[in-house]
Amino acid sequence: MKALSHPLAMLGIVLAFVLLGRVLPAWTLSLATVAASNSLIALGIVVLARTGNVSFGQGLFYAAGGYGVALIANSFGLTDAVVQVMIGAVCGGLLGLIIGPLISRYTGIFFGMLTLALSMVLYGALVKTTALGGSDGFNVGRPTLFGNVFTDPREADFMLYSVSVIATGLAGIAATVYFRSELGLVSLAVRANNLRVEYLGVSANRIVAINFVIAAVFAGASGALSLMAQRHIDPQFAYWTTSGEFVFVAILAGYQSVAAVFVASLALELVRSFSNLYLPNTWQLVLGAFLLAVILFLPRGIGSLWTSANRKSDQPDAPAPGAAVTEPAE
Amino acid sequence: MTPVLAVEGLNKRFGAVVAADNLTISIPAGQKVSLIGANGAGKTTFVNLVTGYLKPDSGKIELEGRAIGKQSPRDVARLGISRSFQIPQLFIELTAAENVIVAISGTKAVPLSFTSPAEAQDRREQALVLLDRLGLRAYADRPVSELAGGVRKLVDIAMAMARRPHLLLLDEPTSGVSAEEKFSTMDRVIQAVTKEAGTIVFVEHDMDIVTRYADRVLAFYSGRILADGEPDVVLKDADVRRYVTGGAR
Repeated sequence: MKALSHPLAMLGIVLAFVLLGRVLPAWTLSLATVAASNSLIALGIVVLARTGNVSFGQGLFYAAGGYGVALIANSFGLTDAVVQVMIGAVCGGLLGLIIGPLISRYTGIFFGMLTLALSMVLYGALVKTTALGGSDGFNVGRPTLFGNVFTDPREADFMLYSVSVIATGLAGIAATVYFRSELGLVSLAVRANNLRVEYLGVSANRIVAINFVIAAVFAGASGALSLMAQRHIDPQFAYWTTSGEFVFVAILAGYQSVAAVFVASLALELVRSFSNLYLPNTWQLVLGAFLLAVILFLPRGIGSLWTSANRKSDQPDAPAPGAAVTEPAE
Repeated sequence: MTPVLAVEGLNKRFGAVVAADNLTISIPAGQKVSLIGANGAGKTTFVNLVTGYLKPDSGKIELEGRAIGKQSPRDVARLGISRSFQIPQLFIELTAAENVIVAISGTKAVPLSFTSPAEAQDRREQALVLLDRLGLRAYADRPVSELAGGVRKLVDIAMAMARRPHLLLLDEPTSGVSAEEKFSTMDRVIQAVTKEAGTIVFVEHDMDIVTRYADRVLAFYSGRILADGEPDVVLKDADVRRYVTGGAR
């Protein structure tokens, strides 16, 4: 498992997933594209959750990325998919840089509700702004890739799938490196005891702000990917139910593993698709039961399935918990 | 010579309760000072005031001649005061080594790295050296949630030592440690912290520990200093016997 978490091995896995898209049935490509895009924003929520804070309003940055890309695409004819993902990330990140330092002073429910409130402020503003299409939003053109226009729907789907998988995969690799880094470890410390972190000379607020901006960058890029998939944007991007869906993925995944975010997102899309197909009137009930089952049996998320196993196998033989302080095993 | 810690006319009230009543204390470098007093006497309030967790109503606090009374705990830590806690304040899901690595990361003058592994060889070695000094090497890779109370206490002290503070404040370092182990634990603590910190102030209820390890004792009562001096002298003081030790010695 450890070998698989080396950045080069992970890059290999990402490329393997891209190639897999060549043999996947057409209907699964769009499902996987949505799952990858949702993973990206949920990964941001997980990054933030490592500081003990949950954003209920990631739709704010998702919409900022989407609207930013849509406006630039329509105004300047910038249709390249890779550039659009980057623009989305920059739009989300810039907004995160403004909000992050202010909101990082809050914790817990206050933090969560403030993010939700901010996203709903944007939602309200977008609905009332006729220049941006109001509640109907507006359309954008088909994305291109390095000057290539994809007219064949299968090729267009594969291109979008590839861009989504690569963007999300690269973010996943970056997050894995980050989780193991000094800053990543201190983020977990902030989650456990932010006052103690301050007593050690580290600014807990600054750590939260950094993670908040990373989450905003991922959300902005995810908004760009969704925009490309739908070729339409509307205020729903910023609505609270949209944000809630991403929190749903993050809860399923837990905060310990990057891979779990992708698994959770894919699992959610599969459950949603199949329950929608076979139980069209009660699919939300199936989805709710699925979430309850995960919370009940895996309270630390899907990732705990393998992170707990890893930790146990890494542990050396140590004295029993109640062993004498003065006589540790040598 | 400028004292490490100088406190002058320090006052702190919580409503009608006087927690610090015109305290004036000077602690020169290298001293091991014990704070004694009954519960509510103002010992922990004093520690909280010095470390920036509480702000004084009036009075001055200086670390090596520099005013720190209005600084935050973070800034006070950066200036050279570290503390451990009566109830160990650890990062419960992390291992003992990771807890100390977080403390070591806090000592860096440059921003924390996004890419450098937390358990880089040099940082881990540093953490293991600190844990080793307190006899905790065998516990390094155990999550602290699985450790006994006494071990947690020592991990907390190891974290406070990471910064090589000019002044180290230990809040009841032997509470939670069994009677048989308290001297060996304290031996280890004093030996280890003397290497990392010049001056130590420790809150203690056990008068045997105070007599054995302190150069100087400050007896607190209702936010005031009841007596200040060498342990033998202070512990024989009539007021101290009456209000603090209850005639224990």
